[in-house]
This record gives sequence, C-alpha cells and structure tokens, in this order.
Amino acid sequence: MLIPRLPIGDTVEFAVDWIEGNFGTFLDLTSDKLDFLISGLKDALLFLPPELFILGISLFAYFAGKRNIKLAAGTAFGFFLIHNMGLWVLSIETLALVLSSALLTLLIGIPVGILSAKNDVLYHVVKPSLDLMQTMPSFVYLIPALIFFGLGNVPGMIATVVFAMPPAIRLTNLGIKQVPKELIEVADAFGSTGWQKLAKVELPVALPTIMAGVNQCIMLSLSMVVIAAMIGARGLGYQVLFGIQRVDISMGFEAGLAIVIIAVVLDRITQKLSPR
Amino acid sequence: MNKNIKLEVRNITKIFGKDPQKVISLLNKGLSKNEIFEKTKQTIGLNNVNFEVYDGEIFVIMGLSGSGKSTLLRCLNRLIEPTGGDILIDGKNITDMDPQELRSARRNKIGMVFQNFALLPHRSVLDNVAYGLEIQGIPKEERYSQALEAIETVGLKGHEHSRITQLSGGMKQRVGLARALANDPDILLMDEAFSALDPLIRGDMQDELLALEDRVQKTIIFVSHDLDEALKIGDRIALMKDGEVVQIGTPEEILTEPADSYVSKFVAGVDRSKILVAESVMKRPEPLVPINSGPRVAIQLMKDHGISSIYVVEGKNRRLKGILMIGDALEALKTGKSLEAVMIPDIPRVAPDLPLNEVIPLIAESQYPLAVVNDSGKLLGIIVRGSVLGALAISGEIGQDEIPDGKASEERDSGENIPEEKPPEKMVLIGKNEGEAGPPPAGSGSPGSIINNGIDSGPVPVEAEAKNEAPAKAPARSDAMPGPEVKTC
Ligand SMILES: Nc1ncnc2c1ncn2[C@@H]1O[C@H](COP(=O)(O)OP(=O)(O)OP(=O)(O)O)[C@@H](O)[C@H]1O
Ligand SMILES: [Mg+2]
Repeated sequence: MLIPRLPIGDTVEFAVDWIEGNFGTFLDLTSDKLDFLISGLKDALLFLPPELFILGISLFAYFAGKRNIKLAAGTAFGFFLIHNMGLWVLSIETLALVLSSALLTLLIGIPVGILSAKNDVLYHVVKPSLDLMQTMPSFVYLIPALIFFGLGNVPGMIATVVFAMPPAIRLTNLGIKQVPKELIEVADAFGSTGWQKLAKVELPVALPTIMAGVNQCIMLSLSMVVIAAMIGARGLGYQVLFGIQRVDISMGFEAGLAIVIIAVVLDRITQKLSPR
Repeated sequence: MNKNIKLEVRNITKIFGKDPQKVISLLNKGLSKNEIFEKTKQTIGLNNVNFEVYDGEIFVIMGLSGSGKSTLLRCLNRLIEPTGGDILIDGKNITDMDPQELRSARRNKIGMVFQNFALLPHRSVLDNVAYGLEIQGIPKEERYSQALEAIETVGLKGHEHSRITQLSGGMKQRVGLARALANDPDILLMDEAFSALDPLIRGDMQDELLALEDRVQKTIIFVSHDLDEALKIGDRIALMKDGEVVQIGTPEEILTEPADSYVSKFVAGVDRSKILVAESVMKRPEPLVPINSGPRVAIQLMKDHGISSIYVVEGKNRRLKGILMIGDALEALKTGKSLEAVMIPDIPRVAPDLPLNEVIPLIAESQYPLAVVNDSGKLLGIIVRGSVLGALAISGEIGQDEIPDGKASEERDSGENIPEEKPPEKMVLIGKNEGEAGPPPAGSGSPGSIINNGIDSGPVPVEAEAKNEAPAKAPARSDAMPGPEVKTC
C-alpha cells in the first residue's frame, strides 16, 4: 500500500520551465520596463545633490508630520549620517529599488484587496495564495525570479513584490470590509453609484487601515534588500553581502545602519501620512 | 390635513433566506413565523404588509425588537429588496424601477436618517450635509449654500466646519437630519433616529422634529420602539408584531381601542414603566462644574445662572462627585481650598428607572434636589420638587387608577408635605394626543418644551411656588442667589 512519491517539486519546475519557454519574450519585455522604472527613479533621485535631497526630504517629513520639527530634524540627521559614511549612491539605489517595489506591490495589492473584499469567490482564491506567499521562505522564490528575469535589480524587485504583497492585500481587504454597514447604507440611501460609494465612502473610511498596509509593505520591501542582493540587486544590500564575504565588520555595520536609517525614516513618514 | 396618498405599501413580504417560495407556501398553509424558522431556517422579515401614508403626516412604525420595523423601512427605499409586493410613491412603483431610476428616486424623493447617526468620519459637518448633493454633481457653491441652509434649519449654524468627532450625540443627529433635508426630499425615513440619545436630548429632538414638520411639510416615516415617542410625534401609528402590522390608527385609537390583546398589553406595559420613572421627570443638570476647576469658576457659574448650589462632576462622562453650596464656595475662595474639599459628596442619588412613587418620599426627605445617575455614575439629570408635582399633575387622571392603592396614598402623603394647596390633579393634558399620559420629557421646568403638545402650562406655576417654599428648608438649586454675597467675590 505504498503511495508513490508525488512529483510536486518536479511539477513546479516543469511549470517554471514551460513559462520561461513560452513567455520568454514577454518576460524580457516586462523586465526591461521594470528596470527602466528602477533606474529612472534612481537617476532622478541622484540628479539632486545630496544636500538638496536632504533638505527636500526633511521638508517633506516636516509637512507630512503636520509641522513636526522632531521628525524633520531626525530625517535630516539620518541622511546626513548616510552621506557622511560615504554610502550615498548605494542608499539611493536601495531607496529606488524599495520604492519601486512598494509602488508595484500597491498597484497590484490595493485593487486586489478591494476586489476580494467585494467578491467572496475571489477572496477564497486570494486568501490561501497569500498564506502561501507569507509562509514560504523568501529564498525559495529567488529561484524562479532568477530563471525568469536573470541576475540584477528586476528579479530582486519581483521577489520583494511577492514578499511584500500579502499585507497590502490583507489590510486593504480588512479596511474595506470593516466599513460600518450603516455607512454603506448611507451611500446607497442617498443614491450613490458604485464608484461614488467606493471613492467617497469606502476608501476614505478604510484609509487608515490601508495606510497601515502601505507602511507594512514598505517595511517588508526594505527587509528584503539583502536577500534580493543575492540575485544581483544593487545597493546597500549588496554592500552587506560584501561585508559578510570579506568578514568586514565595519563595512557590514555601516551598510546595515544605513538600511536602518532609511527604514525608520520611511516608517515614520508613512505613519504620519495616515489620517487620524 | 388633506388626505393625498403619498406612499402606498401593498402586500410587501420579505423572507430572509435561500428559498423564499417554500416559505411563502408554508405561510399560506398557516404556519407561524417560529414554526417556519424551525422547519426551514429562514426568517420572515415581513408578512404581507399593507398601509398608506398621507402627504405631510408623521407615520410611526412601532413594535418590539425584531418585529420587522427596520426591515419595513428599508424596503421603502429598497435598501432591502422586498421578496414580493409593491411600493408606490406618488403612484410610481419603486419595486419596478431599474437601478438608474431607483438612484434618482433616492436622490430626490426619499431621505433617510439613521439610528447611530452614520456620519462620514472623514468629512466636516458641511461636507457630510452636502454629500447627497455632491453625488448628484451639483457645483460646490450651490451645494454648500443649500447645505448651509439645511444646517441652519436644524439649528447648527456656526458648526459647519466642525469635525464630526467634536460633536455631541444630539448635534450628530442634527447633522444626520440636515443631511437628509439638504436634498429636499418629499419623504423622510427615520429609523429609531432618537434612540441613541440621552432622554432629555431625545425629548428636545422630538420637539424640534415637530416644529420642523410644521415648517417644511415633509412626509415622515419614523420607526420607534418607544410608545411615548410614538404617541408624541405620530399622526398615525402602525403597530407591528412578527413581521405583520397588527393595528394602524391615531394615537387615540391605539390607546383607547386596541385591536387585540397584543396591542393592549403593549400599550399598558410601556405606559406604566415608561411614564412614572425618575428619568421621565428629571431636568437637565445645568450648569455643572468640573471637579478640578477652582472656586471662582463655580461662583461665576452660579452667579450667571442665579442659583445657590451647583453639582460637581468629574471628567467627560459627567461622573457625579457632589454638590457645592455658594457659601462653601466663597469660603473655599478665601481659604484657598479645593472644590473637592468643600463640596458635599453625600447627596441622594437615584437610578433613572426608579418608579416615581419611590422617588416621591426621597425627595420629600431630601435637602437637595435628587441626582439621577446611571450605573457608571454619570449624572443624567436632577429632580426638583416642582418637576415631580408637574408630572403628577399631568398624569393625575391616569396615574391614580394605575398605581396600586398603597402607593397612591403614599403619593398623596408626600403631596401634602409640601405646604401647597394641593397637587393640582385637575390639570389635564389637552392637545393633539389626548391620550398621552406622559409628562413633557424635556423637564417640565422649561416652558419651551411644553408648547408643542399644547399642554396647559400648568406645571410651571406649581414649580415656581414650590421654589418659593424651598429656601425655608433647604438651599434648592433653583432659588436666586443672595445679591450682596456675590459682590464680595
Ligand atoms: N439580513 C438579515 N438576515 C436574516 N434575518 C434578518 C436580517 N435582517 C433582519 N432579520 C430578521 O428579521 C426580523 C426583523 O428584523 P428588524 O431588524 O426589521 O427588526 P426591528 O423591528 O427593526 O428590531 P429592532 O427594534 O431590534 O431594530 C428579525 O427576526 C431579524 O432577525
Ligand atoms: Mg431596527
């Protein structure tokens, strides 16, 4: 009564090969577009001299935090430190990678979150997929990313998107589902169309929860930079890997510190952007 | 009233469940709601409901919890899709409308006010009120001017830029009302619109709704589970039970000619428990002084209101801490003591549902007005002698045969305690709802609240006289403060 070993791994491998074989050109095209996004953002950010960039981001933090001097000063100090450690270009590369990954994640995650809140069938498909994405060790999806997109920033970005997607979808879904029934009734009773209901009632009421998802998504993207560097993503993550390979504490620590600074600043700013 | 039919409900049935046809066939076999639920696990929300609502009337739908009031109301604008039947507004069948037509009817014909206000938390008062106009694509200036008009109508002028979280419950529901009025609909649907409010505020809102109704002439369909409220505001009342309408009639008809034992029980039950409790005779506890303020504040408040004692409360929840006499306050000012040190913490308190016949002996013995506090210690209102007398005067006729003998005599005893001619039993309630036995809920002391029902303003002089008696015994809250003392501060 021996059950033969099920060829799960082989099947997945076959599927990946099949996709690569049949959609190769499409994947290459996508890869080019995404690479353009990342390097475009990187070039735009590097176009500013560091001093100006620091001033700009501090001002942004100041107004995002509703005239929060402490946040602005902290931001300025943090980025000054990065500049001072000579990690400016690497940090901007990381920032560009993280922000483009987060952007792509949200562009997919928020609509899927909304749709799955409104459609039970979709929800029952999405939920187990999210569970899988969240629990599967992130190293595992480096492999197909590598096969599909080769070495570089793009596969790093794809792995990051897969990793950061679940909270974006989950929290959007939760936010929309938590809109009180009476408010939905208000929208209907006053004669709103479906879009008006979404734009003027559901999304604004769900916004704090959705913003929590945005915050989570950015944080998770940042936590992927070192792993993404293993398949060739540039920036601070690569520097950390380099430090590990050469057992160079100083180099590793400084790069790690820069990641922490970026994380804290992005975290505080996105938290402040959320209403209430 | 001219009896043009505004809205007609014909054979409306609502089944909550997957297989409504099966339920309908069981219904036709004569099974009850409960039997059908046990058999099919489907709930009958409404069973063959029929009624008409006339132009410009306030039609109250009343019944116990779960009787189908909200379901019925929501069928009228199809927030809930009826399983069968027709609803005609101005002769047009709502149930046949396609989504486009239905939206337009909801935008222009039917407004709705919700029990828990249901305001959009991210919008200001103005933008909440303008919501219905905004989704119709009306340009900003026009919709704001219309919204401001509605805000003024409900008495919230000056609050249009407030945030929703800054408003009290009563104010929130005014916003809810203004939002419905801004669209200028013919019909207003109100689902227990005042149930979430404090009793005193609820009374005020009822009065204002009646005043508003005189001015704007809307057809109002009002759901309530409170008989007092129904009697007070309803031109006609529909009583529901288990998804069916058991009786429709004017308040008088409901009280005097109950259609069956259910109605008479409903009427009797609510009457007794509702009318003669502490809550229904209390007055608004104003002014109050927070416990952490200084004596100067307390003195100023007493001076402004011409009173010689003031209630001390703590925190946003108005937890009652004690009562402060003007003399003690002046003392505190001189010696630099805190309010807490000089106030009298040990004052009589009663629960809001304490029957009036138990309130009377307490107030007869007490030096101070009685404080009505809820379980968590929140000060809901105060009872002064005058308001008890007022309530007795009004419920005089009914009260006497309702209260069991022993207690009725107690009541009379305490009446004699007050060296007044007599509790004026002869005063009878005259007005639109002749059968109404309730006292004016907003505190019989304020004449404004009495006007609308045409109640003889009898209670007022009684209270005034009681007031004059009071200083001899105790510093009643409402007596005037001695002038010279004030000047010393
Ligand atoms: N969506 C629903 N699904 C199933 N049953 C429902 C649904 N909505 C209401 N019901 C049932 O229909 C009946 C009538 O409910 P409804 O809310 O209309 O009562 P109500 O008179 O408004 O009561 P209350 O005073 O508590 O608001 C109840 O038995 C309730 O359980
Ligand atoms: Mg209800």
